[in-house]
Amino acid sequence: MEAHVTPAATYAKVLGVLLALTVITVLAAGFNFGSWNVVIALGIATIKASLVALFFMHLRHDKPIGAVIFVTGAATLGVFLMICMLDSDARTESAVRPATRDAGAPALSVGPSPSAPERRSPESRRLP
Amino acid sequence: MSTAATPHGEFLQHHFTTAEQQADAGKIGMWLFLVTEVLLFGGLFVGFAIMQSLHREAFVAAHHQLDRVLGFINTVVLLTSSYTMVMAVHSARTDRRKRVVVYLLLTLICAGVFLGIKYVEYSHKFHEGLLPGRYYSHKGDSVPGQFMFFSFYFMMTGLHGVHILGGMAVILWVLRRAVRGDFSHAYYTPVDLVGLYWHLVDLIWIYLFPLLYLIK
Amino acid sequence: MTGNYLSSPRGLKSWLITVDHKRIGVMYLFSVLFAFLLGGIFAMLIRIELLKPGHNIMSADTYNRVFTLHGAIMIFLFIIPSIPASLGNFVLPLMLGAKDVAFPRLNLASYYIYVAGALFAIAAMVTGAVDTGWTFYTPYSTTTNGSVGLMTFAVFVLGFSSIFTGINFIATIHKLRAPGMGWFRMPLFAWGIYATAIIQVLATPVIGITLLLIIMERVFSVGIFNPQLGGDPILFQHFFWFYSHPAVYIMILPGMAIISEVIPCFSRKTIFGYKAIAYSSIAIAGVSFLVWGHHMFVSGQSQLANAIFSFLTFLVAIPSGVKVFNWIATMYRGSISLEAPMLYAISFLLLFAIGGLTGLFLGALATDVHLHDTYFVVAHFHFVMMGGTVMAFLSGLHYWWPKMFGRMYSEKWARVSAALIFVGFNVTFLSQFVLGSRGMPRRYYSYLDQFQPLHVFSTVGSWLLGLGFLIMAVYLWASLRRPMDAPANPWGATGLEWQTTSPPPEHNFENAPSVTRGPYDYSSPEPTSAEVEA
Repeated sequence: MEAHVTPAATYAKVLGVLLALTVITVLAAGFNFGSWNVVIALGIATIKASLVALFFMHLRHDKPIGAVIFVTGAATLGVFLMICMLDSDARTESAVRPATRDAGAPALSVGPSPSAPERRSPESRRLP
Repeated sequence: MSTAATPHGEFLQHHFTTAEQQADAGKIGMWLFLVTEVLLFGGLFVGFAIMQSLHREAFVAAHHQLDRVLGFINTVVLLTSSYTMVMAVHSARTDRRKRVVVYLLLTLICAGVFLGIKYVEYSHKFHEGLLPGRYYSHKGDSVPGQFMFFSFYFMMTGLHGVHILGGMAVILWVLRRAVRGDFSHAYYTPVDLVGLYWHLVDLIWIYLFPLLYLIK
Repeated sequence: MTGNYLSSPRGLKSWLITVDHKRIGVMYLFSVLFAFLLGGIFAMLIRIELLKPGHNIMSADTYNRVFTLHGAIMIFLFIIPSIPASLGNFVLPLMLGAKDVAFPRLNLASYYIYVAGALFAIAAMVTGAVDTGWTFYTPYSTTTNGSVGLMTFAVFVLGFSSIFTGINFIATIHKLRAPGMGWFRMPLFAWGIYATAIIQVLATPVIGITLLLIIMERVFSVGIFNPQLGGDPILFQHFFWFYSHPAVYIMILPGMAIISEVIPCFSRKTIFGYKAIAYSSIAIAGVSFLVWGHHMFVSGQSQLANAIFSFLTFLVAIPSGVKVFNWIATMYRGSISLEAPMLYAISFLLLFAIGGLTGLFLGALATDVHLHDTYFVVAHFHFVMMGGTVMAFLSGLHYWWPKMFGRMYSEKWARVSAALIFVGFNVTFLSQFVLGSRGMPRRYYSYLDQFQPLHVFSTVGSWLLGLGFLIMAVYLWASLRRPMDAPANPWGATGLEWQTTSPPPEHNFENAPSVTRGPYDYSSPEPTSAEVEA
């Protein structure tokens, strides 16, 4: 039982900000910021998520254990994502991808590569 | 929650000594459960991120098939439902029993609208043959490989939809108890905890929306 | 003896709807022991088949199913729930001075979910079974016939049982400790269970989504793991091992937690380095999430990832090493007595050390190229899981048996059984280190003639193991038929669970305990009931 009761007006204000941010993210998607697209979209999403967590989920005024649990979970997911992406990038050719797909099945190399990781580009696939 | 009557409070379970202890424990339990949901969905996000980085063009081409307007409306609906949900908790804490019922009902309605819009979106996809995996039958794709995007689209929004349904069920249960007048400033834990769950469902959509509908 | 948790309330229904953590613990105990029996029978069948190369008692296809089921049953139905759900459920609230776990109804739900998962697994077994290995690697698991969908769904369901147990224990430890029991007055068993629970909560959902994705691949060909569709089979392995490596720490941490209780008691000496052991449990839980790629060194993972994972794998050995040294230091100059719990604890020290050290051979990239997918790996994980966790489980089972059931067992037959199990285990699995380093691959139905002598030796060891467990089943069963005459504290141990009757009453303590001294205070006589204040 938290001692602090958030005033109703605060909740309304937070909703207002959330809705505004939603409009902004949709508008921003209409422009092309290159590689910043992802950063902007996920950045805005994270701000929205933080508002929901801090105010609607009351993390701002609760005992810290809830926040600790939540952050730990998010961090664990972050570790999983980062290392999987790191590995995937490190074994994928970064050469410019051809506009047309070749239909050949990609060759899988087994075992650690002797030199640079020359892995198959796993992007060819067949239509059913 | 238990309704066993004890000397020190109607809803205090026998193994807790104070109501605060019980409420705190419940909150810890719910946050732990939410973390499991984050990691469950997180797996799909990781898969999506990696497949998208490997098949960027196909994913970009595919996502144009999604209706941004409907996605935007659904985001607004879900954010609003988070507001009505937290207002239900607030009403319980300030002893406004009728408002608890009203806000819970509004939350349910928002959830229903969300699912309704998703039904419209899904129908359109089925109609166009924009289906997951081996069932993808859309014609005229300039960029091949778009079935993979729809595999993820349906898995992620589908799992999310299942959680909305589950959320509606527990909100209904809490609504029943609210009508019975169980909740007050002294005891509002079920509303609080169901609210936390509902906010998480909203949180997941906050990320799903830009990822699926917006990012190029 | 007037009413205890076993005798009251009476009737089958009272057991089926119980929310008493002690009864739930007992139900779990019999369930996991049954799973161990089933998995053990499959193990014996494997070892009989391997007495000679080629066909012996089963076809190659059947063999693949048998070793898959052995692994899946032992891991998901036995070892992961074993200590936490049975002994942990029973002992933890008592040890903390609580009346129950934080969420008793969730506890019962956890048990029924376990039963449901077990039923799905049995259904999978009898409708064609699975031949993918317990690791379900793609693309084989997504394309092969057999009851893969049912079995993966069974494991998915079992995951929820594990998650709910973890949630319950974390909340219990945070909120239900008796007055005066700060975090650093908690017994180390609780610390171990706490670290285990953290892993259960964080890791299990990832295997959950992985299993769902296998089902999605089989039903919809979603493509994520299928290289022909642009997917990535190595990604499957990342997903799978992200849970399954921390899972092995779900298996060992509770075992270590038991050892931290038993060794001080049977050395009559306080634990050496309490805080180091407590912190190392948390450290193991944390670092366990960073090493999963060491199962994938030769699968095609990038060299960058290989290097990172190998380095981190060496780090994770350190906290385990700290514990082993501290346990030995606890025994040093202690007053050692060799009852069954201590025999198993000492076995643990030796066998876990071997198991842990052989993990380092596998964690080094160069040697792993030679040893991966050989019997060396099989020997390594049996040393840590059986030589480690199972020995610790048996130690805890014998330690808390009188508390749980109010009876002692035959110490003589317990020692016979422990000796047979120790010898049988080493005969079975030491030989497998040799087999593996000489090139015998794992999961192979047939093999070159030169490997046969060691295979025969290993199989004979499995018969000794079987005999040891058979004797144990007999004397434990006999114990249950004796009168309930065990004292409250047969071992003279510290800890709140010994301050109540054997077996405890339904509500655990006649008077709510409060704590004024640290755990493991063996220097002064154990607290009498008078010291436990109302």
